[in-house]
Amino acid sequence: MLAWVVPAMALLLVAPYVIDPFQTLTLTYGLIAAIAALGFNLLLGYTGLLSFGHSAFFGGGAYTVAFLVKYLKLASMELFLAGSVLVAAILSALFGYVCVRYTRIFFGILTLALSQVLWSLAFKFFWVTGGTDGLRIPTPTLLGMAPSDDKMEFLAHHYYYYVLAVFAICVVLMWVIVHSPFGKALQAIRDNEIRAEFIGIRIRRYRLIAFVISGIFTGVAGALWAPLNGLASPDILVWTFSGEIVFMTVLGGFRTFVGPIVGAIAFTYLKTYAVGFTVYWQLLLGTVLVVLVLALPTGIMGAVERLASKIKKSG
Amino acid sequence: MDLLVTQALAKSFGDNRAVDRVDFTVRQGEVLALIGSNGAGKTSLVNLVSGLLRPDSGQIIFENNDVTRQSPYERIKAGIARSFQIVNLFDQLSCADNIALSIFSREDKTLKLATLASRDHAVWAEAHDVLRRFGLERAAMLLAGTISHGERKLLDVAVAYALKPKLLFLDEPTSGVSTREKAPIMDIVTSIVRAGGITVVIIEHDMDIVFRYSERIVVMHQGAILADGTPDQIRQNDAVTTTLIGTHPTGESAYGSTGSAGR
Amino acid sequence: MAVFLIHILNALLYSSVLFLIAGGLSLIYGVMRILNLAHGNLYALGAFVTAWAIGLALGAGAPNVVLFVLLPAGAIAAAVAGAVIERTLLRPFYKRPEEYQLLMTFGLLMILEDLIRLVWGPNPLSATSVYASLGSISVGGDRYPAYNLVIIAVGIIAAVFLWAFIYRTRFGVLLRATSQDKRMASALGVNVNRIYIQAFTLGCFMAGLGGAIVVPSQSAVLGMGVDALVLAFIVVVIGGLGSLEGALAGALIVGVVREAGITLFPEIELAVLYLIAAIVLLVRPAGLFGRA
Repeated sequence: MLAWVVPAMALLLVAPYVIDPFQTLTLTYGLIAAIAALGFNLLLGYTGLLSFGHSAFFGGGAYTVAFLVKYLKLASMELFLAGSVLVAAILSALFGYVCVRYTRIFFGILTLALSQVLWSLAFKFFWVTGGTDGLRIPTPTLLGMAPSDDKMEFLAHHYYYYVLAVFAICVVLMWVIVHSPFGKALQAIRDNEIRAEFIGIRIRRYRLIAFVISGIFTGVAGALWAPLNGLASPDILVWTFSGEIVFMTVLGGFRTFVGPIVGAIAFTYLKTYAVGFTVYWQLLLGTVLVVLVLALPTGIMGAVERLASKIKKSG
Repeated sequence: MDLLVTQALAKSFGDNRAVDRVDFTVRQGEVLALIGSNGAGKTSLVNLVSGLLRPDSGQIIFENNDVTRQSPYERIKAGIARSFQIVNLFDQLSCADNIALSIFSREDKTLKLATLASRDHAVWAEAHDVLRRFGLERAAMLLAGTISHGERKLLDVAVAYALKPKLLFLDEPTSGVSTREKAPIMDIVTSIVRAGGITVVIIEHDMDIVFRYSERIVVMHQGAILADGTPDQIRQNDAVTTTLIGTHPTGESAYGSTGSAGR
Repeated sequence: MAVFLIHILNALLYSSVLFLIAGGLSLIYGVMRILNLAHGNLYALGAFVTAWAIGLALGAGAPNVVLFVLLPAGAIAAAVAGAVIERTLLRPFYKRPEEYQLLMTFGLLMILEDLIRLVWGPNPLSATSVYASLGSISVGGDRYPAYNLVIIAVGIIAAVFLWAFIYRTRFGVLLRATSQDKRMASALGVNVNRIYIQAFTLGCFMAGLGGAIVVPSQSAVLGMGVDALVLAFIVVVIGGLGSLEGALAGALIVGVVREAGITLFPEIELAVLYLIAAIVLLVRPAGLFGRA
């Protein structure tokens, strides 16, 4: 698997010079989704908890940026990221504290319900959050560099590389975490929570920590997304958006490390083209999901791995 | 010295008095067999002592400390460990991972998330050493869910053993294993724990195993302790033999009769 | 006094519909251990089918009586849809981990959302003539729409019928047996597959009925299913998943709190509901009537 890292990174590095700006923007959205999915999968793939409430952290990150712009008149992407990390940490600590007492379906319901609280607050307190109109977010400064006049060029070039850098950092961080003793402990909890408890792992505590880390990653993704989208609205807090995060992770395969990354990028392209292709894009994507779960439960990466081992066996 | 003492320990499930005011003692360094027919309360007793269940009343004293209110985590840190009757392993992790997890946990290293687990060579060396002692070297890199049943039973014990406990409860370590494999498993287990100076309590149904490997036998029946003594004393205890075995057991039975045979 | 009575009626009204939706959700979960994320869309389907049928009948000049007879059309449509869904999409997942079921029903949600749009278009459908045809009655001096009482009545009848069905009929016994121990029931000769499809169909029927009876008082709009599902979740969280009494208690609580909230704290009324759900979960995890 590591053999793919270098070519993949090389491709990502030259992308803006090879594909047109619209494609680059789509790819940027894909990388942002990948960060969110990476965070989400710490909970699903490694800890065995299926959250239907991650939109809360994504939206939390995005709205943090919006508030920093609107109320503190800030414009620095670094401050945006710092702020969203803080907010996502607090939010996920709060939600996590309530949710990790439960597992499986109850956990899913609770995360869903709690994220809906946030959605309803964003909806109702429209004088603060802009309601359904949302809040505008102008292009920020990147490491002090102010956006150029050609906004499209700035986004498709400088912002892309900024996101790519953050993405790379997130990938490395998450890779270390899942391969650390803590990561092993999470997998133990996933595989057999009773045994994990009886070798001395305090499962609620570990689940909470995983929850917070997961929320922070997703919050960072939301913060990166906000200036690209230019607008923060309640749409990203709705529970069906959480479902999309689940979808993309399962699409790529939640049992591998790179699965969520692949799935997020694939889903982003899939949705972009579906939305452009038909007004019934939900029907299209919904069918994809059903077929996926029926026929290809280990996702794209699962299928790739099976194929690779078949080739290895016959070759 | 008495390593573990329970005082009037009781637990009921509805009308069923699973553990009925039991005074149970385990002395340091001994190998004790806990026997009784199904439903006698053996596993419930172990569940209470290890912390899986909360007692309705009574106390559990470990090394002169009252641990009755302590969580499983605290009891493990105090030195009580257990294996499980139905194999409880981390099936999607390798055997080495399974053992290493106990070691990481024992050393309070499981909260480290900024270092790679593979870099802690001491832990992995010890994990491989444990696997070697249990005869599981060849399965080190295999997933725990893919090895044979007998190997899984051994691994289940090894995972508890790797915690370096003072008191180890083994819940039917040979159940589901063919007669041929039982003795080798018990040989490994008892030699390892003896070498480590670990006090062991074994729940067993196989009377051959019980009489061969234990120094002391505690017999439970309907939630209470029926008898307590050396294998010879138990063998000659009429109440025990009629309740449990049905006949006087000789030394040469090919396959130890299980509890309900004579009832 | 009249105002208070009207508030009570409004709360009961809301509770009735919620009970139908959440009761169906809970029934399905109780018997099959499946949480159907698309359940709200079956409620929506019921609303759309009923509104459409009534619209057709109105166009054909049918009298009011016929319109009322057509009300359950949505419930039947939802039941049929449920039967088809269970047989084709759900059955492969019984042996799989429940995460996959959730995902599958989420995909189903997206499909149903757009199927409704495909068939009936993006505009709301209404059946206000039915609503208006009953006029209003006097409640302590104030006027109150008589149709609302129909909704409340249907809710009460449904609750009673369900209770009798589950606790007083042979099918109910089989249902309860299967929900407690599927393998044992199967070993005793119960056709678990048949029980499953019947339970699922019944649950969907209830959701569809909720949509059908509510549509005269509010139109069928896209997205109503997704909104309804979250409320149904709150009801089962408070009342306990898998319990009929829980769905009833939860629906009543949510109905009352919502009515109180709308009157007293209109801004945060929705958030208050979610907060109550969270509190219940902290204090009594399985819900008021749930089994852990």
